[in-house]
Amino acid sequence: MSLLEVKGLEVSYGGIVAVRGIHLAVEQGELVALIGANGAGKTTTLKALAGMLRPSSGSVHFDGHAITREPSHRLLPRGIALVPEGRGVFARLTVRENLEMGAYIRHDRAAVKADMARVLELFPRLHERRAQVAGTLSGGEQQMLAIGRALMGRPRLLLLDEPSMGLAPMMVQKIFEVIRMISAEGVTVLLVEQNASLALQAANRGYVMESGAITLTDSAAALLASAQVRQAYLGE
Amino acid sequence: MADALSALFRRRGTKPWVGLALLAGVLLILPFMLAQAGTTWVRVTNLTILFALLALGLNIVVGFAGLLDLGYIAFYAVGAYAYALLASPHFGLHLPFWVILPMGALLACAAGVLLGAPTLKLRGDYLAIVTLGFGEIVRIFMNNLSQPFNVTNGPQGVTLIDPFRIGTFSFAKPETLLGLSFSGPIKYYYLLLVVMVVVIAVNLRLEDSRIGRAWMAIREDELAAKAVGIDTRNVKLLAFAMGASFGGIAGGMFAAMQGFVSPESFGLVESIMVLAMVVLGGMGNVWGVVLGAALLTFVPELLRHTVEPLQKGVLGRVVIEPEVIRMLLFGAALVLMMRFRPAGLFPSRARKREFAAGRGPEVP
Repeated sequence: MSLLEVKGLEVSYGGIVAVRGIHLAVEQGELVALIGANGAGKTTTLKALAGMLRPSSGSVHFDGHAITREPSHRLLPRGIALVPEGRGVFARLTVRENLEMGAYIRHDRAAVKADMARVLELFPRLHERRAQVAGTLSGGEQQMLAIGRALMGRPRLLLLDEPSMGLAPMMVQKIFEVIRMISAEGVTVLLVEQNASLALQAANRGYVMESGAITLTDSAAALLASAQVRQAYLGE
Repeated sequence: MADALSALFRRRGTKPWVGLALLAGVLLILPFMLAQAGTTWVRVTNLTILFALLALGLNIVVGFAGLLDLGYIAFYAVGAYAYALLASPHFGLHLPFWVILPMGALLACAAGVLLGAPTLKLRGDYLAIVTLGFGEIVRIFMNNLSQPFNVTNGPQGVTLIDPFRIGTFSFAKPETLLGLSFSGPIKYYYLLLVVMVVVIAVNLRLEDSRIGRAWMAIREDELAAKAVGIDTRNVKLLAFAMGASFGGIAGGMFAAMQGFVSPESFGLVESIMVLAMVVLGGMGNVWGVVLGAALLTFVPELLRHTVEPLQKGVLGRVVIEPEVIRMLLFGAALVLMMRFRPAGLFPSRARKREFAAGRGPEVP
């Protein structure tokens, strides 16, 4: 059985159906990309999976448990963490305080301390700036902090929403390096991206979303090679 | 409590017990010193402590959780009326205070949840408008609930409310003990002091607790708070409920001390006054809030008692009514404060940073 299994998920925003009964699955340890144009419903899908939006129909199973309408605060203890779009760090707390907040649901202090050290090791930039207020970090550093904060919750499934948005190309490369590293450590990743080529280069498999529906799914390599994807999303 | 206080003094780098003992000593003999100047001053001090209790309750909602509440006085009203109706000749009920006071707190808590639940998704100015409306609704209820059944006795209010009594010991009667004469207000002073110490201790503990951190996270960024697994709905409701409970307790004590309540005491101006205490002292900082309450209750009274004699002495007659000068100076002080110390007299660490970051909070 897949780690995450989504069947017929439908999400509406005030009468408008943004996600139209999609099916998708993510296996344990995979890095899966969900790509598509602006407004295709990618972020809405991710928010529904993270418990921030209530789906109007369909089912979501995580590790064999039905989690369809569970609110976000119950999903993190189960192992699902969301890195929201536009970073969403606590701008007026320090880097260290932000990371500590990431471990809010945990009570194992010693392990939290160890994880803090691990995250700071993973992100040397954050280590340098650990006493700095998060709002004064650059966009890329804030993205790193948001990812680091999510890791502090020891997730089994990391939901990443547009991690490359608004970042300089150099920074985008760095962020993707980090995502690959996290994936290599065994964390399952579902990545929503507009930058299709980068996302597919990093991912094992991909889903293509168009106006609320999934129109194409295959291995990342096959999608990268497909004429349809190249034309629509890679600008060729 | 001792822990929290000593921690505070340690942070400032002074010997903890010396400062604490000094403060306790002053607070213990204060009412007798004030009584020399007149019992009025003891009453004013009692009122100051009562407002400090209220401000500490509101500080949980506004200072800790960042939810702007302009109708906070409504919970004070609920507590006061609960006490008044259950311990007065109005219904012929005379329950003991240790039954009514927790009951009033519970009722106010319920009112807090009642207000909190439908407003969970509102923030900033929208929330302010709804809470303002709630405060007015409660006041108008108190004003009009004399028909068809006379529940609140309308604008006349409820009179002859029982004082606190334990057996034959009444807080209203003067008594002589060890050669010292304890008047009614002095007895209430000590009771209020004990309650305030407890409330301050609870506030300090809350600020450093897991719930305190959750409130701070919500104040900073609600989406991020959700992302780190905080149950934002319940945590916000808890802020409303706890703040309201403190308001309810203060209300019950107010009713017992005054012996009389009427809707007049629970208007919008009172709500704003309590909010001003929180803002003036420094949102989120317990000691700042206590200081804010002290300044805004005590100083206006001081002015009231000095402005008139001063004018009579210098000019031979009263040119400007003391009430006018009082409000004028009060307004000027608030404007100056906001200009020069926008984060309050003693802002909390996080708040200070918020202002330093150049982004004001949602609270005026």
